[in-house]
Amino acid sequence: MTHLPYVVAAYLLGVLIPGTFAAAAFIRMRTARLRLAAIDWRRRTR
Amino acid sequence: MVAFNPGIRWDRVVIVDATAADASRQSAPKPGRSLHRFANPGRFLRLSGAVLPWLAAAGMVLTAIGLIWGLWFAPADWQQGDAVRIMYVHVPAAWLASAGYFALALCSVLSLVWRHPLADLAAVEIGPVGAGFTALCLLTGSIWGKPMWGAWWVWDARLTSVLVLFFLYLGHIALVRAFDDPVRGYRAGAILALVGVVNLPIIKFSVDWWNTLHQPATISFTGAPTMYVGMLWPLLFAAVGYTLVFAAIVVARTRAAVMERRIRALLMARADEAAA
Repeated sequence: MTHLPYVVAAYLLGVLIPGTFAAAAFIRMRTARLRLAAIDWRRRTR
Repeated sequence: MVAFNPGIRWDRVVIVDATAADASRQSAPKPGRSLHRFANPGRFLRLSGAVLPWLAAAGMVLTAIGLIWGLWFAPADWQQGDAVRIMYVHVPAAWLASAGYFALALCSVLSLVWRHPLADLAAVEIGPVGAGFTALCLLTGSIWGKPMWGAWWVWDARLTSVLVLFFLYLGHIALVRAFDDPVRGYRAGAILALVGVVNLPIIKFSVDWWNTLHQPATISFTGAPTMYVGMLWPLLFAAVGYTLVFAAIVVARTRAAVMERRIRALLMARADEAAA
């Protein structure tokens, strides 16, 4: 394969940048959901 | 009574009595087909909670198919060699850089004209994701440019206008967080987003208006694509996949923001009760 380092670098960025955003978003969402469940009396009584 | 009224902002918990509730009901937009029916946080969390797993799964599968197809099964270009495979990352990132900013501008219109509370939150959450994809577009373009043009960067009209788009995203991110009152930040950010939307046609038509090093569009809505179909399909898979991933990230971030706002509201209400 020609230009292998360039292709590998581009694909790594193409996975890492969206992957980091996705992981951060899902961790933030999970943290918020757990925190809300802990303090929201409406959820606890269900 | 603590109320989340879709006709007003969620930034503060509103304590209303029965009379005030009647008054706010009269001034609030009519429910039903109005966009404001999605402003109810509970409804948004229910709907987005049902859609998000499918959106994320479909996005990841399509992106994986597109990238693997592009990396191993699509043919190399007769001029560019295997460097053409960088396009399966670069082109979707470029498309999402512009589409993300368009979504940001759309949210700004919804916020400024209809005072849609979810639009403010969505705009705040689109900004960093759009900036990330614009950075990905610029970086992969630079990685492609070095072996093809012999330079990491040239001050070409297309490249420069996308760099301006990146700075607009950064400006929006900074502006919406620069005020103690979040509503003022949302307003200022919305105005900046609408002013910056003029950059989108400049990006699109820069390759036609100026004599640029960047090649003109190979795919258009009006004409047949000028690329080999064996390269077109993986590109379409990657573009649709990345778009769904982008949407899933924004929905997840907006869900988190809605829940964080509800947490703040509950804590404030509890503190008020304790003080009284």
